[in-house]
Amino acid sequence: MKLDSKIPEGHISQKWTDYKDHLKLVAPNNRPKIDIIVVGTGLAGASAAASLGEMGYNVKAFCFQDSPRRAHSIAAQGGINAAKNYQNDGDSTFRLFYDTIKGGDYRAREANVHRLAEVSGNIIDQCVAQGVPFARDYGGLLDNRSFGGTQVQRTFYAAGQTGQQLLLGAYSALSRQIGLGRVQMFNRHEMLDLVKVDGKARGIIARNLVTGEIERHSAHAVIIASGGYGNVYFLSTNAMGSNVTAGWKVHKQGAAFANPCYVQIHPTCIPVHGTNQSKLTLMSESLRNSGRIWVPKKKEDAEAIRAGKLKPTQIAEEDRDYYLERRYPAFGNLVPRDVASRAAKERCDAGFGIEANDTNEGVYLDFSTEIQNKGKQAAYAKGNHHPTAEEITALGKQWLEEKYGNLFTMYQKITDENPYETPMKIYPAVHYTMGGVWVDYNLQSTIPGCFVAGEANFSDHGANRLGASALMQGLADGYFVLPYTVSDYLADDIRTGKIPTNSPEFDEAEKRVKDSINFFLNNNGTKTVDHFHKRLGLIMWNKVGMGRNEQGLKEAIAEIAALKDEFYKDVFVPGSADELNPELEKALRVADFIELGQLMAMDALQRKESCGGHFREEYQDSEGETLRDDENFKFVGAWEYKGDDISKEELHKEELKYEFIKIAARNYK
Amino acid sequence: MSSAKNININLKIWRQKNAKTKGSMETYKLDNVSTASSFLEMLDQLNEQLVNERKEPIAFDHDCREGICGMCSLYINGRAHGPDTGITTCQLHMRMFKDGDTIYVEPWRSKAFPVIKDLVVDRSAFDRIQQAGGFVSVNTSGNTIDANATPINKDDADKSFEAAACIGCGACVATCKNGSAMLFVGAKVSQYALLPQGKIEATNRVLNMVRQMDEEGFGNCTNTGACEIECPKGISLENIARMNREYLKASIK
Repeated sequence: MKLDSKIPEGHISQKWTDYKDHLKLVAPNNRPKIDIIVVGTGLAGASAAASLGEMGYNVKAFCFQDSPRRAHSIAAQGGINAAKNYQNDGDSTFRLFYDTIKGGDYRAREANVHRLAEVSGNIIDQCVAQGVPFARDYGGLLDNRSFGGTQVQRTFYAAGQTGQQLLLGAYSALSRQIGLGRVQMFNRHEMLDLVKVDGKARGIIARNLVTGEIERHSAHAVIIASGGYGNVYFLSTNAMGSNVTAGWKVHKQGAAFANPCYVQIHPTCIPVHGTNQSKLTLMSESLRNSGRIWVPKKKEDAEAIRAGKLKPTQIAEEDRDYYLERRYPAFGNLVPRDVASRAAKERCDAGFGIEANDTNEGVYLDFSTEIQNKGKQAAYAKGNHHPTAEEITALGKQWLEEKYGNLFTMYQKITDENPYETPMKIYPAVHYTMGGVWVDYNLQSTIPGCFVAGEANFSDHGANRLGASALMQGLADGYFVLPYTVSDYLADDIRTGKIPTNSPEFDEAEKRVKDSINFFLNNNGTKTVDHFHKRLGLIMWNKVGMGRNEQGLKEAIAEIAALKDEFYKDVFVPGSADELNPELEKALRVADFIELGQLMAMDALQRKESCGGHFREEYQDSEGETLRDDENFKFVGAWEYKGDDISKEELHKEELKYEFIKIAARNYK
Repeated sequence: MSSAKNININLKIWRQKNAKTKGSMETYKLDNVSTASSFLEMLDQLNEQLVNERKEPIAFDHDCREGICGMCSLYINGRAHGPDTGITTCQLHMRMFKDGDTIYVEPWRSKAFPVIKDLVVDRSAFDRIQQAGGFVSVNTSGNTIDANATPINKDDADKSFEAAACIGCGACVATCKNGSAMLFVGAKVSQYALLPQGKIEATNRVLNMVRQMDEEGFGNCTNTGACEIECPKGISLENIARMNREYLKASIK
């Protein structure tokens, strides 16, 4: 396998422009002769399907939910970045590019990230034109806020529901194309394999989740935009149905899988409440603009809180350890996610966690200072220069409610505690996966004709992702990159004609899918699918989680391999193949999670350095910060499938070159 | 300080093999449910128990489990999304119930939302309404004007956002005695009616969306207001009024 990144020559600021000028085109009258499949309808998939449909290609789009509007992009809260410099605080394409590369701990591709920064402004223009109701100021112009890892205000937002509004914007563009008959939508369908003809991606096998029917769909190109694989951990902030199946099947058909060990742990989630928990809920990172993070300074106070003998509001200011402000004065509570997450773990591991359950894991996100500051400001703005303490608090709470009301309500519903009165309890949780299917500059995998976009690919984030950058990448890929690069690929296909679905290649792929389904339904074991998924999750969280070390990773690899054997021997899947069967759907997905989990541990084991979301405990400096090894590990780790035994996978390295940014230690102090 | 405890509950749940067969209420008993669990986590626990007894688990729709995707859709004790306001079923917690309670769980009930299996219904009618006009007809090329070239009054933008916050779960339809979708359609029409973008096609938009809504078999609004009360996102009846005004304007044009 050869990894050719196809990064164009030239100056970084001109690469994409020059490249686009020379890509091949498909004439409008030839586009209806070409079929394209898009798997997944989140920000990347919906925007790609809408754009390609708009151009005149025949598009078939697939999602496992009952409607494309449900894709998990909808849950993103805080915002989307764009280098518009509306706030005149020194933002620029270069600065967004620089922050993203630095945030990614110098493990992302320069050319891809610069392109992302370049089109970021267009994304906002496009979404506003589609009627996305972004927040506005009183002058009627767009409002901005700041996010972790940056010192400018470049984040555009719609209350705490930015992902929802951007997805509904893309969904409306997609709906328009469906209504016009240019996109055919397949709801409640799951892609279960990729079909290759003469080495090229030429179709998929999908299961109609309602009838159980196995369907063959052919196309001249296949785009995978199926999201991330955080559910390997069982507990994560991902939607319950999010899975890696499409990406993993593509991998098994020959696409390299890159940097699987890069998993972002989000610092501000609601802590785990008990053993029956099914998923974790994220509290937007934007809260860190207004909240101060702390744990008690004294261990006995933390113990008293856990025992229910002390309330956080009873801890005096001088007995609180605002550990982010203490350790990182320049960025304070706005350090990047990986830094904030590890700092929380460090305090909890040291015995200062505040959650009253067997994990003891949790820190406070406290809004009392902000209530006082903003309350005072609001009183002054009303001409009241001698407000009482009660007036200040009331106005401060009102200010918070306007800014974050929906998040505060959500927190209260879940935890039964009022965050206006008592600090929120938060703890890091698995959130976003930076690894994924390896793609070149065209977003094409190592299988010709198989493109991968959004979170499903590995490309733009490096070892860590800054806040408000995933929405940006999803829409950049779908609206502004794939329409060009896919067209370039398809220019050679205008004479190919319809791809038949009665070929031996489709027969074989369909047989693989049916064999797998029949296996699970006839296995007749004794344990549920969730039983195995939860056990996998525990291995992953404990040994391939926020901190990894050589011994733990070796144990994880062996334990997952053993779990895989047991899963195939002893899993029980009720019901039949020809009906809506959620247990069967889960079994097929967990089979893929188990294999990927092993590969994640292998990737983490070979990467003998710490960077971004990948923290190898052996590689840290005297202050507990990540210690990168640029000399030996400045590469993308891309794995090649070599059969059922995952330990046989072969690692290929794509060297990363930094020509326009000087590599430095990542410092937020 | 967690006040979580365990309770035992009785469940009466609608079971229906598919759209063609007749369904019935079945009784289940579930012990040791943590009051810190969500309602869907309770159903997970029941399903785990059923599968371990080698019985078919209960099919229900769910995905994000944080109240935003709009996929969960249960009728609990006679109310859409259960006995709490301003939330979806996934955010309903078992602390709302008492030890020994009997809880009734049914699918959305509406002619336009046929049952697929057990508690899962088909809401694709909403998608078809959206496809009939719930968009701005702008090319996806990104070659539009600068986003700040069209200032929008903050109050209008906020109002538009409030309408756009609809999650399309269908609680409004399920709770309406007429099975009306006017809160959903009203919210979509309002989002665009309050913004300058797409004004040029406002007439077609509202006429097409309302036509599709009628074709799908949804009933009419008789201003009872149950939809607004049960809407997890607090979408206001004002949106129905705005849709009616837009429709009237479009009809006499």
